Amino acid sequence: MSTNILTKRISDARAKGRLGLIPFLPAGYPDKARFWAEIDQLDEAGADIIEIGMPFSDPVADGPVVEHASLKCLDAGVNLAWILGELASRKGRYKAGLVLMGYLNPVLQYGLDRFARDASSAGVHGIILADVPFEESGPIRTAFDPQGLVLIPLVGLNTTPVRMDLYAKDGRGFAYFVSVLGTTGVQSGFDTGLPATIRAGLAQAKAAFSIPVALGFGLKHPDQLKALDGLVDAAVFGSALIRHIDAGGDSKGFMQVWK
Amino acid sequence: MKKGYFGAFGGQFVPELLMPPLLELEEAMERILPSKEFQDELASELRHFVGRPTALTFCPNLSRDLGVKLWLKREDLAHGGAHKVNNTIGQALLTKKLGKTKLLAETGAGQHGVATALAAARFGLQCVIYMGALDVERQSLNVRRMKLFGAEVVPVESGTKTLKDAINAALRAWIAEQETTHYCFGTAAGPHPFPLLVRELQAVISREARIQMLDQAGKLPDYVVACVGGGSNAIGAFHEFVPDASVKLIGVEAAGSGKPGDWHSAPLSLAGSPGVLHGMHTQLIQTPEGQILPSHSIAPGLDYPGVGPEHAAYQASGRAQYVSVTDDVALDAFVTLSRNEGIMPALESSHALGWVLKNAKDMQPGSDVVVCLSGRGDKDLDIVNDYLAGKA
Repeated sequence: MSTNILTKRISDARAKGRLGLIPFLPAGYPDKARFWAEIDQLDEAGADIIEIGMPFSDPVADGPVVEHASLKCLDAGVNLAWILGELASRKGRYKAGLVLMGYLNPVLQYGLDRFARDASSAGVHGIILADVPFEESGPIRTAFDPQGLVLIPLVGLNTTPVRMDLYAKDGRGFAYFVSVLGTTGVQSGFDTGLPATIRAGLAQAKAAFSIPVALGFGLKHPDQLKALDGLVDAAVFGSALIRHIDAGGDSKGFMQVWK
Repeated sequence: MKKGYFGAFGGQFVPELLMPPLLELEEAMERILPSKEFQDELASELRHFVGRPTALTFCPNLSRDLGVKLWLKREDLAHGGAHKVNNTIGQALLTKKLGKTKLLAETGAGQHGVATALAAARFGLQCVIYMGALDVERQSLNVRRMKLFGAEVVPVESGTKTLKDAINAALRAWIAEQETTHYCFGTAAGPHPFPLLVRELQAVISREARIQMLDQAGKLPDYVVACVGGGSNAIGAFHEFVPDASVKLIGVEAAGSGKPGDWHSAPLSLAGSPGVLHGMHTQLIQTPEGQILPSHSIAPGLDYPGVGPEHAAYQASGRAQYVSVTDDVALDAFVTLSRNEGIMPALESSHALGWVLKNAKDMQPGSDVVVCLSGRGDKDLDIVNDYLAGKA
């Protein structure tokens, strides 16, 4: 079996001696037109994987920054048909791997099989569903597998070794490790050094998974990346990018700082 | 049947970070809840603190008018003024056994918040209540009651600023505080094991009512009728009667104003479709794109766009029937019961009663009808007075 493209993008970054960079932006943010310009910039500036948020009215795993941005996109009329349609029209344009992140219900209403088909043919490589733990993932993986679409495992500080192994067994693409017991955008508390708990959790994840491990939730500034060297393969930036755009910046500028 | 499911409904659709505390709770529920020690303590609390068993009251005046025998299961007489305390006392006791020190809970109208706060005070637990900012404004009396019981009330400013957003906020807080905190979920909904746990704790309603009917009427009821928001009083009122095939189980949802285009709270009987919200697969009020729509009812405790998964399963299997009545029908029932029987029902319970007042004519004359009077109506006086003033 050929290496999954998401795995490969991160491995390529590691081979160049740096962490894989995975920016996240809610689809349609800051507005529907500018969003695609931001995605183009992220890709051109060297994002290894781009995560696009599928907005949901009740995002329980997200903190206030991402929730506010997502609800704004919903008000602007963003839905899955728009996201997948626009991606299909841009197919082949991006060097980066593409991942959609969101919650199950909009995907369920779109239709699992139809979603898998349309996402795959629009050039999407992986899906993160924040409210689907291992126990509920069976029917989703059954729908995704025939299309080569990967369900990215999401684990955290309180994931036991036994549960880590459940996710690792079928894990493909990369594993998403949540660095805080909280929601997106929450202070992770490692402005200076990396706390022992996160260090231990990451070591456990690295041991369990044969695919790369990406760290997300709570990254605020580039100095934090140095502390992660050797412990993790990639880093996800969500709230930090939204704040950067809210403050008048663009994605190109954001990537320059982090790269 | 798959674990945590009622037919096709239920499940555990939560972030992985919530799985450890849910698994811990499930284990505790299976180990501690059936133990004699726990059951004895719970029985003692229900008797001496909550005031159970609550009465089953025959309504002579309305029964004469309606041509059926109307009985009320008086959850309004439980401490705190509603059935909510059956659940919170049980969960607070479980929290002590788990060695946790803090309860957090969501509340819509504030009834579950009050019931959680008083249970926390009784058991020496800290208490934080998440409440939509709009509800904090609308239900200031209950906010004051919660604070008097020592709870911290956190207004939730996100989304629609009502119950569904309070649940989101409470789930988020639980992710961060799971080591020391138990999430005292208020209704028979949410991720497994909550629908099962809350049903087990509310089943005391039908356990008592079944014995009381056999004792006072000498027979089982022909109908058991209860209002359904999330569905905790209804699942409690139905549970022991489920094997009694002759007993018709009726869940009454809130249709709101009944005007086309207005929000309602009736995913089972009006316009719901299957989907996933708050950790469960159930019937929801949602857009074709899967975004959750706002709900509305004049009864704040019914104002929810989803419903407990066991109700969705009973509807699918046909064991229970789900119907709805509008705000007006409930308000009329509120006044009718107050004037004719000297009992002031909560606006939530008034929906169940309103359906009976409206449909008694189609029942076999002399049928025995038990209505779960889930709470008392004092909290609703302002709403009812406004309605009566508008009508005059």
